[in-house]
Amino acid sequence: MRASVFEQREKQVYRKGEKPFEMDCDKDSLAGAVSQRACVFCGSRVVLYPIADALHLVHGPIGCAAYTWDIRGALSSGRSLHRLSFSTDLQERDVIFGGEKKLYQALVELIDRHGPEAAFVYSTCIVGIIGDDLEGVCKRVAAEKGIPVIPVQSEGFKGNKRAGYNAACRAMFRLVGTGDVSDISPLSLNILGDFNLAGEIWVIREYFRKMGLEVVANITGDGRVADIRRAHGAALNVVQCSGSTMDLAKMMKESYGVPFMRVSYFGVEDMAESLYEVARFFAHQDPDITARTSQLVNQELGALYPELERYRRDLAGKKAAIYVGGAFKAFSLVKAFRLLDMDVVLVGSQTGTEEDYRELHEITDDGTIIVDDSNPLELSAFLQEKDVDIFVGGVKERPIAYKLGVGFCDHNHERKECLEGFVGMLNFAKEVHSTVMSPVWRFVPRRHRAKLLTGMEATRNTHKK
Amino acid sequence: MKLNQRQSEPYSASTNACKLCKPLGACLAFRGIEGAIPFLHGSQGCATYMRRYIISHFREPMDIASSSLGEKHAVYGGAPNLKLGLKNVMTKYDARMIGISTTCLTETIGDDVPMIVREFISDLGNGHKDTDIPALITVSTPSYSGTHIEGFHAAVRAVIDRLSTDVDTHEGLNIFPGFVSPADVRYLKEVLDDFHLKGTVLPDISRTLDGEALTQYENVPSGGTPISQIQSMGGSRASLEFSRTLDEQSSPAALLEEKFRVPRHILGMPIGLRESDEFFGILCEASGRELPEEHCLERGRLIDSYVDGHKYVFGKRAIVYGEADLVVGLTAFLAEIGIQPVLCATGSVSGKLEDAIRSVAGELLSELPTIMEGADFFSIEESAAGLMPDLLIGNSKGNHLARKLGVPLVRVGFPIHDRFGGQRLLHVGYRGAQSLFDRVVNTLIASKQDRSSVGYTYM
Repeated sequence: MRASVFEQREKQVYRKGEKPFEMDCDKDSLAGAVSQRACVFCGSRVVLYPIADALHLVHGPIGCAAYTWDIRGALSSGRSLHRLSFSTDLQERDVIFGGEKKLYQALVELIDRHGPEAAFVYSTCIVGIIGDDLEGVCKRVAAEKGIPVIPVQSEGFKGNKRAGYNAACRAMFRLVGTGDVSDISPLSLNILGDFNLAGEIWVIREYFRKMGLEVVANITGDGRVADIRRAHGAALNVVQCSGSTMDLAKMMKESYGVPFMRVSYFGVEDMAESLYEVARFFAHQDPDITARTSQLVNQELGALYPELERYRRDLAGKKAAIYVGGAFKAFSLVKAFRLLDMDVVLVGSQTGTEEDYRELHEITDDGTIIVDDSNPLELSAFLQEKDVDIFVGGVKERPIAYKLGVGFCDHNHERKECLEGFVGMLNFAKEVHSTVMSPVWRFVPRRHRAKLLTGMEATRNTHKK
Repeated sequence: MKLNQRQSEPYSASTNACKLCKPLGACLAFRGIEGAIPFLHGSQGCATYMRRYIISHFREPMDIASSSLGEKHAVYGGAPNLKLGLKNVMTKYDARMIGISTTCLTETIGDDVPMIVREFISDLGNGHKDTDIPALITVSTPSYSGTHIEGFHAAVRAVIDRLSTDVDTHEGLNIFPGFVSPADVRYLKEVLDDFHLKGTVLPDISRTLDGEALTQYENVPSGGTPISQIQSMGGSRASLEFSRTLDEQSSPAALLEEKFRVPRHILGMPIGLRESDEFFGILCEASGRELPEEHCLERGRLIDSYVDGHKYVFGKRAIVYGEADLVVGLTAFLAEIGIQPVLCATGSVSGKLEDAIRSVAGELLSELPTIMEGADFFSIEESAAGLMPDLLIGNSKGNHLARKLGVPLVRVGFPIHDRFGGQRLLHVGYRGAQSLFDRVVNTLIASKQDRSSVGYTYM
């Protein structure tokens, strides 16, 4: 079974308890290994994508725009420009003669047509090679049209997704500091690293509202250009999602002195702790905030626990595997599964850091496999070895699980269920329950591999039970 | 070309593309060959994006290896990573063929992929027997030139070019179905069997992209056109190619004709009664048999249902979009059931769509539809404005437009990302036409029923 790991990747796989913790990570993906990772462009695109009143123009051949059209269910409460897919659709002649003229025309055309509050122009692999002066074109159009036109340096090959997060943060940072902040409350914050999948940011905003806090900017779920422009006026940045927006928080701290804290809205423990930490931050200005927060948490938990109990009874002792983009989400998932009395036997991420994996090592049980930048061959071998009941991941992991007859929960772009907040924990339990407890698993071959029954014999045996 | 109606000038920007990029088509074609793994020479994102896009439709594993180029490779050339990637794929995937497509990055930095692959093979040295080395097929697929469908055909042609040899003439028949569904390919193979014809369908995604439940993850999924059969396609007595829009330089069947004198029969994608009749007619001729009874009955039931359902559909106006050959087939079908196609659009540019539509539907239509090549959904929407369509027929990416127009969308082709079972949709032959007809009729009935305040229980 272990032969499925490439020799060059052996140090990116760790089994807790076998030897002292040591892991390689943050490496370029191994050629030929079918990494589940994406590229720089992907990192930038997913972070900026939910800014709903901006124009997002992909400068490159059609693929990059086509594959990211409406890619995640990032909801908007108003304009939804982000759900359109714009591309300069570069052709051979543009590659030869340069794409600047086409980019200029495309920007002018689209800005006139849609009247966005700002435009982001994404660079793709090919633009990095042909050397179009993105900055120059953007500057010219910005002057002519009177809106910020911001280049995103997201050439696909210039690193991995994390480099793309950084490019997105640098692009947003050009907006920050350009808006009026005079009427912002001292009890205020920005939400960073939430993308409003299935309306999640609205749940979180409501919690903060109940605590008496003003949310200045959503970064970036249900995001608005004008809000980001005045984000520097907030008293605090709360940052979720390991890599994606941390760089922006750091830049804002350095330039505007806005402090930040890391939070997570997944799972009961992390959700509650995040709210309490925010309350502690503001407690010296607003002593009552702690009481309001406790009340909020208690109210939510009071409603949640009896409901959760029903699912826990069925799920206790089942085995879970986790493979996600950023490791920070994995921490919360490990705890969430623990709350359901389930055992996490595999946890991994595409872009975790050594610090991340060390923390995963701390919070998992002996025997757990921890893996960095994995691939279908490894993941499928791990699922089989650990006889997993549910695999949590994204679209690319789903067929690996299903092909082998393993349950699955989408915790990525395509989820349509709100999984954040206290209500999110309940939805998560429902999701997990709806896959783990399905009767279909009794028909899948892996449940009958010992006897190698045919499908029909398996069905008959099930009937006898 | 997508034209701005007011200025009659092409837009500079594409909005909501009605096409995908060239390497995606090549990866899909390679997936239809037994023991083959698709490999993209480019940055990691291309492979990951395409995998995600393809998986969301087929709901099957779709491993695409990548040379994962980084910044230094873009400067100094991607050869070392391509070689390393091929070596790793050979070690772990045990593939019989690796289908290497280029991307816009590697085309632009000027990597000479065929040469790098030759070097790779000679680097392997004497330690490797020739039989140990998988067939390494390269295809040039820069995404700035052509769409996924050109990539698909280019990959098939590259496979033929490399693998087919001048073998003795045999009774076999080659079928190049183009980009159809796994269910379509399964059906075509069944039809060949029913005619007692030996045939090779290339590519064959019937099992590789619609496989059974397993206990072991398969490094390369079972199924696909066997390489041994591809090798002997040069001796077949004829090739049938389902494409009215493919030019000769891009056609795999034309290549077989040129190299090995295998006669090339061009027919449309057999969608609807008449296009299917043409297909079955050729099979009757090739096999020297009458139409087998089950297909004769299926044809009879189809006509019977056309009669039963004709009033539900007559005079309805449809917008059709997708790959050119699918659009031609669907237009032929719609015209023969009494639906007026008012707009036929494709994202690619072959210059042949109009003639093809005229030839399959011209005699049935009092007015030819508006025809658009190089279309995106924005230009389709603009053209749709005055056309008062009753339904859309095409892939799921027309959903936004259908909602805007307030008309139903009948989902066909690829991708179908918002419904279940796209890989099992049947489009071709009498059986495919039956399935399409039932769906179209029911969609129109449902639309009428939903709009009515009466709540009719008989429709």
